[in-house]
Amino acid sequence: MLSLVIFLPLAAALVLAVFPGIKDRAARWVWVVVAAADTALVAGMWAAYEQPPDGGLAFEEQVTWIPSVGSSYHIGADGLSLPLLALTVVVFLACSIYALREQNRPRAQAALFLFLQTSCLGVFAAQDLILFFLFFDLSIVGMYFVIAGWGHGNAARSALKFFLYTFLGSLALLLGFIGLYLYSEPRTFDMVELARLAPLNESPVAGAVILGAVLLGLAIKTPTFPFHTWLPPAHTDAPAIGSAVLAGILLKMGTYGFVRIAMPMLPAAWRDWAWVIIVVGVISVLYGALVALAQTDLKRMIAYTSVNHMGYVVLAVGAAGVAGGSDAAAREVAVTGALTQMVSHGLITAALFLLAGVLKDRAGTYDMDSYGGLARPAPRFALLFAVGAFASLGLPGFSGFIAEFQIFAGSIGTVPWVAVALPGILITAALFLLAVQRLLTGEVRGQSAQVSDLRTTELLSIGTLLCLSILIGVAPRVLLDLIEPASAAVVVLVGR
Amino acid sequence: MSALLWIVIGLPAVAGTVLCLGGNRLSRAAVPVSLGVAVVVTVLTAVVAVVRPGITVPFIQGAGFGLAVDSLSAVVLPSVAVVALLVLVFAAAKDITPEVAPRARFNGLMLIFVASVIVTVTATTLPALLFSWELMGAMSYALIGFQWQDSDRVSAGLTAFLTTRGADLGLYAAAGAALAAGTGLSLTDLASAPEGWRHIIAAGILVAALGKAAQLPFSFWLSRAMEGPSPVSALLHSAAMVAMGGYLLLRLAPLLEVTGWAASTAAWVGALTAMALGAVAVAQKDLKQLLAASTAAQLGFVVLGAGLGATAGGTAHLISHAATKALLFLVAGAWLSALGTKKLAALRGAGRQWPLIGVAFTVGTLSLAGVAPLSLWATKDEVLAAALEESPALYMVGLAASLLSAAYAGKALIIVWRRPVTTTASGYDTEEHGTRHIGVWERVPLIILAGGAATLGVLALPPVGKVLRIALGDQDSPTAQWWELALSAVLAIVVLALIARFGVREPSWAAGWLGLERAAHALTVRPVLALAGALARFDDRVVDRGVWSGAAYVAGTARGAARFDDERIDGTVGAISRGGLSLAATGARADAKGVDAAVEATGRGARRLGALARRPQTGQVHHYYAQAAVVLAAALVVLLLVR
Repeated sequence: MLSLVIFLPLAAALVLAVFPGIKDRAARWVWVVVAAADTALVAGMWAAYEQPPDGGLAFEEQVTWIPSVGSSYHIGADGLSLPLLALTVVVFLACSIYALREQNRPRAQAALFLFLQTSCLGVFAAQDLILFFLFFDLSIVGMYFVIAGWGHGNAARSALKFFLYTFLGSLALLLGFIGLYLYSEPRTFDMVELARLAPLNESPVAGAVILGAVLLGLAIKTPTFPFHTWLPPAHTDAPAIGSAVLAGILLKMGTYGFVRIAMPMLPAAWRDWAWVIIVVGVISVLYGALVALAQTDLKRMIAYTSVNHMGYVVLAVGAAGVAGGSDAAAREVAVTGALTQMVSHGLITAALFLLAGVLKDRAGTYDMDSYGGLARPAPRFALLFAVGAFASLGLPGFSGFIAEFQIFAGSIGTVPWVAVALPGILITAALFLLAVQRLLTGEVRGQSAQVSDLRTTELLSIGTLLCLSILIGVAPRVLLDLIEPASAAVVVLVGR
Repeated sequence: MSALLWIVIGLPAVAGTVLCLGGNRLSRAAVPVSLGVAVVVTVLTAVVAVVRPGITVPFIQGAGFGLAVDSLSAVVLPSVAVVALLVLVFAAAKDITPEVAPRARFNGLMLIFVASVIVTVTATTLPALLFSWELMGAMSYALIGFQWQDSDRVSAGLTAFLTTRGADLGLYAAAGAALAAGTGLSLTDLASAPEGWRHIIAAGILVAALGKAAQLPFSFWLSRAMEGPSPVSALLHSAAMVAMGGYLLLRLAPLLEVTGWAASTAAWVGALTAMALGAVAVAQKDLKQLLAASTAAQLGFVVLGAGLGATAGGTAHLISHAATKALLFLVAGAWLSALGTKKLAALRGAGRQWPLIGVAFTVGTLSLAGVAPLSLWATKDEVLAAALEESPALYMVGLAASLLSAAYAGKALIIVWRRPVTTTASGYDTEEHGTRHIGVWERVPLIILAGGAATLGVLALPPVGKVLRIALGDQDSPTAQWWELALSAVLAIVVLALIARFGVREPSWAAGWLGLERAAHALTVRPVLALAGALARFDDRVVDRGVWSGAAYVAGTARGAARFDDERIDGTVGAISRGGLSLAATGARADAKGVDAAVEATGRGARRLGALARRPQTGQVHHYYAQAAVVLAAALVVLLLVR
């Protein structure tokens, strides 16, 4: 079942790539149908999911692959990965609907995105480090072609920067993986085994080095300060759906790595260095928010808010590593908040990037000063943008609040001084409301007159993402029932 | 029974959302739907006040979403619902249309606001409280900036939202502290948190409540909020949302009390706000600005009561003030739509043009002034009685504040009954186009609210006051003695008489709301914006350029390595072979002098190593990036060799 979910898009991609005779219109619809089918499959998995009694994996599959190095085709899903698998299929579905009006090589684009979808799903389902690394790098390759092939502005340069930077990160990650392999006894790349063994718990120095390599790789991907500078140009020059996938899914691979790899496999080193992680998280929160506040380009602004939002995640997983007087309950709340934030950020930021793409499509610029009073010519755009802005600034009723409330309550409950990051919430509120004010309100100015309102496809794709954010915001148990057992398990693992 | 509570929240929430999303298609349905919903909600709040349902649904780990009706909410909930209903009736009037069109969005936002107030009033856990607390703020933002075509109004909404949200961060900190303390996030358990955490919880809640209640130093946002429509001012910025700041402190008075300092801080902030904002109100030349400053000042009495543990007096004042101030804001709105102005100078004689409205305004201002037997007279004295027991200084500040109430109320009252002068009419229609008409839909709510403003003082007087005290479990705090009531009533009359005779000297230093907004700009907004700009430049010029230079450096290193391979290594091989030959020749001559040469060579080598070790420390980010890449590769080699 899980393999089908992962490889269905790849199969469709191959078909689209191999048969050049497929009409553009058909290619677009093939993409939508396959994305919808994959979404339906994951929805079925969600419905059928039952927490395995031993804290193990559901939908587990294991096939011998490279036995000589203890690597196998091992996939499975649990409360950490299933929400992200669901996020992936939903964001890709939204992108496929949004792209129904794409004129630029739609067949190739559909094939590329379907390939990218497989690599993203693979990362979240992989239970073997080699497999994880393979999918991780394939996603970088796929995104490189998305930016270089369908981007605008300085796309080639931004794509290369993205590729080199994140590829360097993945090399660091590979170094860490090899280290984990070398220290494991018996030697294995199996993630479940490695989490059980925690092979470096007795060797603090090697553990710190390997954690450093893993963290470097994940920090570049997430990205955290000071490794974030590939993100703004990549977003600015990427096509709308490319940005949506990049921010919605690819960034999550970094933060997912923290809870899936770094914390369970290197618990002692994580605890030793938790304060560094917390500091990086706090800096990312405040720095990302402040730099975002100073931006005049809408996409760059949203990109920097991603640094801020991912900073909350880093902050929370760092705090979860601080053992000591506090009880485990607060740390579990922090980790649950971090996972919720991943899903929430994926939905909301993807929606915001698609909205930014609408502006580019209509008037050719992301410069916020070129617009004003958009609420008059484009009321539906205005409504969705305002809703997206409030969702992103963490207003109750949206998923962002559920995430940030838990992150702060849990982290402050564990490490009180992380309250210094609280102003991040306020600065984010300021910058989003200022953007709303600049773009939507006042007299109709600049390019605004050219902006026609959202089309049905755009409304459908963006609206779906925001509605899901509201669903989580109003009925958080839908998501939290799935996440909480998994985050409790992570807290136990990192506490060993 | 818990279904009732769901309906009373869900009905306005759903109806409001539908109206907001429906847009102009639902503009005809907006008024009947929202009035129908408001009537049902009002009836149901009365029912739940009796049956007292409670619900808790799972929300986040360790804290449910808890709602319940207890004695305090049983008193406050119906009052808020009635005011909301009356405000919606008023807003339905044809003359008010320019302020509240498009109606579907306006009534929709108002209904969502009502739902969030009901959640705030009934919340029993911190997540539920924070949830509705911030939603109220967002609705306030959307309603202040309701006329979004006007950038000033939108930025007024922004100021209000950001200021109150800044204070709300206290609730996040309090939630974290409560979780760490292990006492859970239930509001009633907060007071029993361990010593250290309890202080953080109390401080966080105090800040959030003071922000919402527009107490010092946050008061300025309420001034900007007056750019919103009058019905919004009547409901959000007097009776419901701002009042919730005071309400939260009344609810958590036990927590404030156990910490000690939090209770006295609340008491003093409340008393000082009552006095300072009273002076601000006296200085205003715009009726809505006067009323806004008065709202902050009157809530100061509620906060003072909460700090002193005078829950019954504070609650009575809260409710009486809601009726009084909603009335006055609606009258201001009625005059604004009829005469096109809210400037006091232009409202000269407005009471004479529509005597019924004038009488209602008179009831409201006299209540505000503390004239017996109107409502705020008795409720305020109940709070002051507790202040007198606590400290004479606090009492004197409170008494001064009540004299200032009489002063600003008297100022507004007297001008609207004076005969218009020839220049008065020139002030008409300066803010919007007046209709010169006040219809029946506007009159009916005013009459009802005037009735409330006149009579609700019974909440602070025996025998009803006694019942309220018992219900709220506040039997220990002192009641006002007969002489206190008489004194304050006489003083109010004296102040009014003096103002009628000599006029009022406006304290010009208070006209600009004590410069609070300018101070907030200078101390927070401008530094933050400057820092943001500086960091953005830093990000582009240093952090990002470091990466590019790093890449260039790596490429340069590669070229250098290629050259090194050609010239040095190749050359060295040749040199070694030559050296081998000469070594054989010189080896024979090497004796004691050779040892010396070895020593010198070692010294030279060490020096060179030292220089080499200093080289990477260039202080340039891009060099470090490049080195990081090299180190990663080396680390891999080491790992492979070590194992």
